[in-house]
Amino acid sequence: MDILIVGVGGQGTLLASRVLGKYALDNGFDVKLSEVHGMAQRGGSVMTYVRIGQKIASPIIDEGCADFILAFEKLEALRYAHYLKADGEILYSTQEIMPMPVVTGAAEYPQGIEEKLRGTGVDALALALKAGNAKAANSVMLGALCKKLGFDRAKFEEALLASIPQKTIEMNKTAFELGYAAV
Amino acid sequence: MKKLLLGDFAVARGAWEAGVSVASAYPGTPSTEITEELARYDDVYSEWSPNEKVALEVGIGASIRGARAIVSMKHVGLNVACDPLFTASYTGVNGGLVIAVADDPSVFSSQNEQDTRLTAVSAKVPVLEPSDSAEAKDFTKLAFELSEKYDTPIILRVTTRVAHSQSLVELCDRVQAEVKPYERNISKYVMMPANARVKHVVVEERTKKLSEDSNSFAINRIEEGGKDLGIICAGGVYQYVKEALPDASVLKLGMVYPLPFDLIAKFAKSVKRCIVAEELAPHLETMIKAAGISVEGKNIFPLCGEFSANLIRSCVLGEKRETVPANIPARPPVLCAGCPHRGVFYVLSKLKLNVLGDIGCYTLGAVPPLGSMDAVVCMGASIGMTIGFDKADPEAHKHSVAVIGDSTFIHSGITGLIDAVYNKAKITVLILDNRTTGMTGHQNHPATGKTIKNEPTYELNLEEVCRAVGVQRVRTVDPNNLSALEAAVKEELGRDEVSVIIAKRPCALLTKRLYSGFRITEKCKKCKACLKLGCPAIVNGKDGITIDVSLCTECGLCQNVCKFGAIEGEVK
Repeated sequence: MDILIVGVGGQGTLLASRVLGKYALDNGFDVKLSEVHGMAQRGGSVMTYVRIGQKIASPIIDEGCADFILAFEKLEALRYAHYLKADGEILYSTQEIMPMPVVTGAAEYPQGIEEKLRGTGVDALALALKAGNAKAANSVMLGALCKKLGFDRAKFEEALLASIPQKTIEMNKTAFELGYAAV
Repeated sequence: MKKLLLGDFAVARGAWEAGVSVASAYPGTPSTEITEELARYDDVYSEWSPNEKVALEVGIGASIRGARAIVSMKHVGLNVACDPLFTASYTGVNGGLVIAVADDPSVFSSQNEQDTRLTAVSAKVPVLEPSDSAEAKDFTKLAFELSEKYDTPIILRVTTRVAHSQSLVELCDRVQAEVKPYERNISKYVMMPANARVKHVVVEERTKKLSEDSNSFAINRIEEGGKDLGIICAGGVYQYVKEALPDASVLKLGMVYPLPFDLIAKFAKSVKRCIVAEELAPHLETMIKAAGISVEGKNIFPLCGEFSANLIRSCVLGEKRETVPANIPARPPVLCAGCPHRGVFYVLSKLKLNVLGDIGCYTLGAVPPLGSMDAVVCMGASIGMTIGFDKADPEAHKHSVAVIGDSTFIHSGITGLIDAVYNKAKITVLILDNRTTGMTGHQNHPATGKTIKNEPTYELNLEEVCRAVGVQRVRTVDPNNLSALEAAVKEELGRDEVSVIIAKRPCALLTKRLYSGFRITEKCKKCKACLKLGCPAIVNGKDGITIDVSLCTECGLCQNVCKFGAIEGEVK
């Protein structure tokens, strides 16, 4: 299974990919993850590849080849939508983060994005705030992803909780639960 | 035990398992994590060196004294370390010496797309190239063995995709790290003409022998497939080839310099169509053709950018997969909310100055709306280039400044400053001191007063350094105090001497925070002055101009530029 995780630098795409990687490994699969660090992480558009299977060669996913996209921001979901296979699906946060050309007035944030996306939207930001902190949005999305992909909930949650700081565990558990229930 | 490891971590693990004693580096994406990881081992000495040249010299010294040493850097860092590299090739080693160099095809986070293999050929240093994390670990261990066996430093070349991908690695134990005995050996280690002439001959023989021996190296292997198509490849490209052309025969090269020409000739002969697939320079192709072996290569593949399985299919098989990306606004990287560099570029932009920039997060000062940058070339170049502006244009000192980060200044800005004073340049230098090496993810450096292991050490005082090299006018300002910063810049511009302004404020990411209490009140007249800061926390959306409380760091810069007092909140 080839999963693309996209978002805005700093939103936690790396954490999400590591949770998926750990889950796949715990279930005896081969897995490859590919990430972008450095300049691209500074609030820019970022993507992380997660490939899970019996034997994986390339760590990257080509355009038109992703089974699933997990998007932490709506515009980013649209930006990478062409990476999906014909029957692929996007799970996206409905959060809007204005890119700098929109902030400066050089461009407009596109309207009607959701109609163009084949998949499910989750108001991850609202649910994260309900769980206690906007930063828990990625746990909300992982909860939703877990249900969408039919993963073993207990094992997947365990992989998540093993990847985050001890003191945020309760909040992230709540966020995961809210995301799981949202789809 | 199998573990999912980042390529860089696997290199570190390999070095540790090989009994490495000394690890040195200057941070550079995508190589930084190698040394960060090695710093976690108590039985390895590790350091952030001021630059790659010093890092390699530390490695050379450790090697001559008998220890196994690894030195890590990005591709452009190797340029800085070339001087010691080219002659370390002549001296050879005592303890194994491995130089891990990370190239950046597609330029994810660099200033160019150069190919380390070409540098290695010039330096006559062998190069191993792993294709995933498991090989990154194994090849690092092998590199130490080859280094000692053939008496040469070895370059371990990784690319962004190998360095920053995670795949499964089988972990092993560490071999006992033994520091070999040392004896003075002038003809081997003192490279003066009489010795260097002799050693050059040794180097040429070594390369020839390695080339011959490598025909039977296990890391250079033929994977037999169909006879119609044969691909010669190495590193990350091997994975794309396996993905795209599962039926082709493959010659996978683990050592990409020098080359196993007998093996290559045998392989080329065994297939109808033989193609070299390599990212960036036609390094393998040129050498293979020079050996009289007929192959295809850059006639079908691009010279720029990284490859993918789709690209291989398209170039080799002519298969095109049409996908249409949405036509939507780009999302370029920006200075973070609360970034202390923002105030600096706001002032420089307001004063419409020429800005000779440098390498770091603050290179993003070139991006709109701040858009204040005239040139960025390499680490430390800002000061030299500003001297050049001054010498070429008698008016330049009235409207141009150098901008350089704290870590970059220590890396290679100090020598530029010495030149400025020595040669009576009239320049103004802004050192953006954010108390860390920011872009690469917060590494300590000599002016943070902490070592790589966070142990306290002597804290280099930047003001004192500037004064010591002869700068009379040195002052420190808070870049978030826009009026003070603007006054300082105006006061120093146009003087007949060198001035240094240290804009000092810690990187916004160094302080943890939850929510901001900042908000925009009804006093807002929608003049959009705050949007000129290019702060990602100030949002111009459907609901008018608002503050994203999850991003805002309460730096207060926006309050500084708002004439109507419409931004409410307490500066932290």
